[in-house]
Amino acid sequence: MIETHPTLAQQEFIAREMLHRRNVKILRTALLILLLALWELCARLGIINDFIFSSPSRIVICFVSMVKDGSIFLHTGITVMETLVSFALVVIVGVLTAILLWSSRSVSEVLEPYLVMLNSLPKSALAPILIVWLGNNIKTIIVAAISVAVFGCIMTLHTGFTQTDPDKIKLIYSLGGKKKDVLLKVLLPGSVPLLISNMKVNIGLCLVGVIIGEFLAANKGLGYLIIYGSQVFKMDLVVMSIVILCVVSAILYQGIAMLEKRIGK
Amino acid sequence: MKPKLEVCGVSYSYHSLEGETLALCDISFTVDSGEFIAVVGPSGCGKSTLLSLLRGLIEPDEGEIFVDGAPRVKSSSDIGYMLQRDHLFEWRTILGNAQLGLEIQGKLNSTSTEKLRNMLNTYGLGSFQNARPSELSGGMRQRAALVRTLALEPDLLLLDEPFSALDYQTRLSVCDDISSIIKSTHKTAILITHDLSEAISVADRVIVLTSRPGRVKSITPISFGDIYKRPLERRNSPDFSYYFNKVWKELQIHD
Repeated sequence: MIETHPTLAQQEFIAREMLHRRNVKILRTALLILLLALWELCARLGIINDFIFSSPSRIVICFVSMVKDGSIFLHTGITVMETLVSFALVVIVGVLTAILLWSSRSVSEVLEPYLVMLNSLPKSALAPILIVWLGNNIKTIIVAAISVAVFGCIMTLHTGFTQTDPDKIKLIYSLGGKKKDVLLKVLLPGSVPLLISNMKVNIGLCLVGVIIGEFLAANKGLGYLIIYGSQVFKMDLVVMSIVILCVVSAILYQGIAMLEKRIGK
Repeated sequence: MKPKLEVCGVSYSYHSLEGETLALCDISFTVDSGEFIAVVGPSGCGKSTLLSLLRGLIEPDEGEIFVDGAPRVKSSSDIGYMLQRDHLFEWRTILGNAQLGLEIQGKLNSTSTEKLRNMLNTYGLGSFQNARPSELSGGMRQRAALVRTLALEPDLLLLDEPFSALDYQTRLSVCDDISSIIKSTHKTAILITHDLSEAISVADRVIVLTSRPGRVKSITPISFGDIYKRPLERRNSPDFSYYFNKVWKELQIHD
């Protein structure tokens, strides 16, 4: 009996831990159901006006009808595509620019104040100009999304690059390497965790940029549905689009998290 | 016979906007092929600067450095440099880390990889080839770093306090290991250290530098005879404390 004693304690610990986790899961789901039920109930009882506030059942009806005519896939697909394209461009442009800044002290010091300024500029202010310059089309949306994320991406990566352990760089030179070897053997492989955590932020920022762009210059996409819905007072459409947007952003974030897990192995 | 390394009147200063700091002043010494030299001196006397100069990572303001009688080439692979910490890359396996120098020099092929595997086996890392650095002990990591340096087959090894990041016990045994490896392969080596006993236990000659700006204060030949070959044996030699006191006094006397 004495020998099994610690095992028993361990079993109890695991049981407690499992119970805790299950409780968290149950409460999470219960909270969602409670809020939805309350919303539905208030709408049915006329406490809130469901024409303005919509209701879960109206959202579902709206969703089902749009699934039937296929339009929801078009709009969601467009938004996701625009987000992924701008995200890919942000990562490529961000990494390349950060490398350029790292490789030349003069370039980075000259450009630094401009980057800081552009990074803190509210990018939505640029959107009207972009429409005039690029037209009422997908180019404007993608450029708007890139402008939201790219400056922060460049600055974060550049800071990470410059904080590389100088002794690791010395090691490369002591093995007869050149600056190119420092970049390929130390800087880039060493910055993978930084790049991934940066990507997690950027995918969200790109989605923000895409929605801003779609508000102003689109006839497709979830951002367009939201603006169109509010203009024609179809609040079901607006709220449904927001719900889909929540799901899309969660999925995109999880995608990066999965990438991180795979690389971490 | 030409000396392996000749350092003639080398000076070096660091520059900043606040001013100029003379780190090394008029350093001259020679190292014969196969010799093991230890350089000791107070901290900040420019010991590491000396190694960077020898490796060609920086150029001297004055003076010249000759390897095998010819001015040393900046990015040659004849000079191996071992840093204080192992700096093994966590994103590479031990074999991958050991290959780093060969990769950079463009000498990676099946023959050199085979050689490298043999070397890892010889130094007790054979079963850790595919392990990540974090899975190894401090002593094993330092040995892996040595293999990375030796992979380029340098004639001259520069060791910049390679044992100082290890705990004392590991340090004694790794120092014993590594100096035996270096001696058995007949490499010429220059070891920078602030540990006097370490210097005396491995070196054929000990160079004492003064505090900043570093100048050569004295060069003490160390000889224990053939019975006391390995560092740990040397530490037990009756002459050990004699040399220790001698070099210790050199370090203490201020100009």
